[in-house]
Amino acid sequence: MRYAARVLAAVAAPLLALTLAGCGSGDESPRGGGSSPTSSVTAGGGEPKGDLTVFAAASLKKTFTQIGSRFEQDHPGTKVTFNFAGSSDLVAQLQQGAPADVFASADEKNMAKATGDSLTAAAPVDFASNTLEIAVPPGNPAKIATLADLTRPGVKVVVCAPEVPCGSAATKVETAAAIDLKPVSEEQNVTDVLGKVIAGEADAGLVYVTDVKGAGDKVEGIEFPQSSAAVNVYPIATLKGAQNKALADAFVAAVTSASGQGVLADAGFGKP
Amino acid sequence: MSLHATLRVPDRDVDVAVEVPTGRTVALLGPNGAGKSTTLAAVAGLIRPAAGEVRLGERILFCANGSSRFIPPHSRGIGLLAQDARLFPHLSVLDNVAFGPRSAGMPRGRARDRARHWLAQVDATELADRRPGALSGGQAQRVAIARALATEPHLLLLDEPLSALDVETAPSVRQLLRRVLAGRTTLLVTHDVLDAVLLADDVVVLDGGRVVEQGPTSRVLTHPRSSFAARIAGLNLVRGALDGDVVVGPEGMRVAGLVDDSSVEGMDAVAVFSPAAVGVYRVAPQGSPRTEVRATVTDLEPHGHQVRVHTAYLSADITPAALADLALTPGDEVVLTVKASEVAIYAG
Amino acid sequence: MTRSTRPGHAAYPRLGLPSWVFVPAALGALFVVLPLVAMLTQVEWSQFGALVTSESSRAALALSLKTSLASTVLCIVFGVPMAVVLARSRFPGQSVARSLVLLPLVLPPVVGGIALLYTFGRRGLLGHELDVLGLQVAFSTAAVVMAQTFVALPFLVVSLEGALRTGGQRFEEVAATLGARPTTVFLRVTLPLVLPGLASGAVLAFARALGEFGATITFAGSLQGVTRTLPLEIYLQRETDPQAAVALSLVLVAVATIVITLTRRSRTAL
Repeated sequence: MRYAARVLAAVAAPLLALTLAGCGSGDESPRGGGSSPTSSVTAGGGEPKGDLTVFAAASLKKTFTQIGSRFEQDHPGTKVTFNFAGSSDLVAQLQQGAPADVFASADEKNMAKATGDSLTAAAPVDFASNTLEIAVPPGNPAKIATLADLTRPGVKVVVCAPEVPCGSAATKVETAAAIDLKPVSEEQNVTDVLGKVIAGEADAGLVYVTDVKGAGDKVEGIEFPQSSAAVNVYPIATLKGAQNKALADAFVAAVTSASGQGVLADAGFGKP
Repeated sequence: MSLHATLRVPDRDVDVAVEVPTGRTVALLGPNGAGKSTTLAAVAGLIRPAAGEVRLGERILFCANGSSRFIPPHSRGIGLLAQDARLFPHLSVLDNVAFGPRSAGMPRGRARDRARHWLAQVDATELADRRPGALSGGQAQRVAIARALATEPHLLLLDEPLSALDVETAPSVRQLLRRVLAGRTTLLVTHDVLDAVLLADDVVVLDGGRVVEQGPTSRVLTHPRSSFAARIAGLNLVRGALDGDVVVGPEGMRVAGLVDDSSVEGMDAVAVFSPAAVGVYRVAPQGSPRTEVRATVTDLEPHGHQVRVHTAYLSADITPAALADLALTPGDEVVLTVKASEVAIYAG
Repeated sequence: MTRSTRPGHAAYPRLGLPSWVFVPAALGALFVVLPLVAMLTQVEWSQFGALVTSESSRAALALSLKTSLASTVLCIVFGVPMAVVLARSRFPGQSVARSLVLLPLVLPPVVGGIALLYTFGRRGLLGHELDVLGLQVAFSTAAVVMAQTFVALPFLVVSLEGALRTGGQRFEEVAATLGARPTTVFLRVTLPLVLPGLASGAVLAFARALGEFGATITFAGSLQGVTRTLPLEIYLQRETDPQAAVALSLVLVAVATIVITLTRRSRTAL
């Protein structure tokens, strides 16, 4: 048995290494699993600089990339590397020991998982919010004007499954509006919902304001008052495993700064 | 019903005309690649010739001379027996034989009765319930014969039906064929002289996709005009121009013999003689026989109680004692002699 | 079976294999088996029953079996003639046709889903015609079956065409000279002889349909009992309940194993 366990471990170790490599940020980030720290801290009170790894929710890709390049300009000698993925995937990776300095979640639930596992170094800060909007194909073929229109017979509505954040938001909105949606599909994520609206398969979908903005003219967005029932708040926090806490804190500050907030507002994010 | 077939299959360089008179068996002889199987396949309708005509009795099965007609194999009324029995492995012996009648629309019961009748004809009644996998080669071929006959074909095609059988089994199946082929119109592909002698009335010899010789079996085997017919008849054949009573063959080889009346000076002729008539010497013998050929031994093989000595053009049969005396091995230079009285010369 | 009747069997173990091949072979086997073992260790067996018998799990399993079966039938109905045409006839552009038919084998299933969407979707190539006929494919169980058939069909065609080519035409030629019409030859000779090949092709197709994910989620959507098959359910459960995802994965592995084992057994009995 012992022997078998050793063999298992011997084979499993390289496999695990492969898996971890796959979980990483996916570019040539020079992080070597923490054993050989490559980031450096300027001694004394100067500007912090070095390498920074940020795990951020997929919906933050555009805005954070922009904030990141500004941050690099403001902090010469700094290189920011992002890992964009679903918030729950990111938390899972952090729990498995993936090296990162900052975590920005698309919801409070996943940030709570991270703080619960003592992965964060400080209390998370809310930096943005997002609300739902009705996305319809260009020209709005089903003539949707209000949330109640989605319950009209013959209107094909696609939402996220209740298991994922955008789906639970949709459920909240549904309850607040006292309507009963009969979706033709409950998708895995916002991209799949948006894809079906763009393809014209669905007459309408419930997605975030930022998704509608991000899709450009491929969909039209229709606001509805009940969206306030499900405001999705984005928290950000420096992580305990951060190689360069000062730099990580500086990045969190950059996100919450006026400049960072401006970038987020342009993309459709609301105030936290 | 008689078969008239003229076929051209350029893909395989075959251009032949074959006739099988009603009720007779014609053997198609020839070396490998001569076009025998192609001819058979074209008659059966398994391949489509580029040109020619296939007629069975009054019925045109195929023609491509201006107009065009192609009757598919299943409507030709032609049975085929291949080298291997090709019994359907998923059907019992009885259902294999009943397959043809069933395909013709006969109800199962009657088709099976018919199958039992034909199994009895080939002495295979007791095999009826077996699976083909449980049969020996000879048994399988008997069943295949019954299966081919059960469709009562107008023409039977046999493609080397005995070549896959071992020497103990072949004779009895050959006897069976001899019995069932009597009075049937049959085209038989073979390279075995015994099949030709015992089963065929006439032979057609193919070589390089062309008919090189045809006629009654006995005449072709005793007076071959093609080297292949001579070889399977176990005879030496030298082809060349006639000069007096001498055939001048390849590389100036001169073979003297008895010239038959039809031959004329200067025309193409063949000299034919048995290997037993050939003498083998290390050096040219005294008394200078009329025919004396220098040659190199290419091969030695046992032949009955004798040893056959092969050279480039001629073969000789000598006794094992003579072989030991001469101490021949392939590559040795020898002198071959033939008595003129043992050589038949006729128009080639 | 005695030694004398099957000498090859008795002699087989003595045939020398180079001993080093066992090392990569064992490593390869381990690479396949180890993740399954790892998954087994993750299952919370006390909750296993509850997890796999929840309403959504049962609905997903039932839908998966139903649609996979339907798509396997479709694969047989269309795949057998396709394989026969590819293996037995000659026509211009045949090799191109074969490559096209086999394309879904190498295509990412998501691409297949997108292609189906642009063909049978509302705004697709045939969308208008289907609409006129009152047929709306997207978001229906039929769409799931179509997606599965699209990805599974080549598996059946490939294995059946291989079986047809290996078997050759010897028996079919004899059958024709015995007076059997092409249809009779096909039904009574060709099909029975390739039955093992057809069976393994159908099993492959079924297994592929059972595991289909990408084309389904792209083309059919995801709704419990209608389009959410077991793989989609597993992927969704992963979001909130990784335990349930692992348990359901195990069910999928078990179903696939049972199907493959049953067929192998029936084939060896054949």
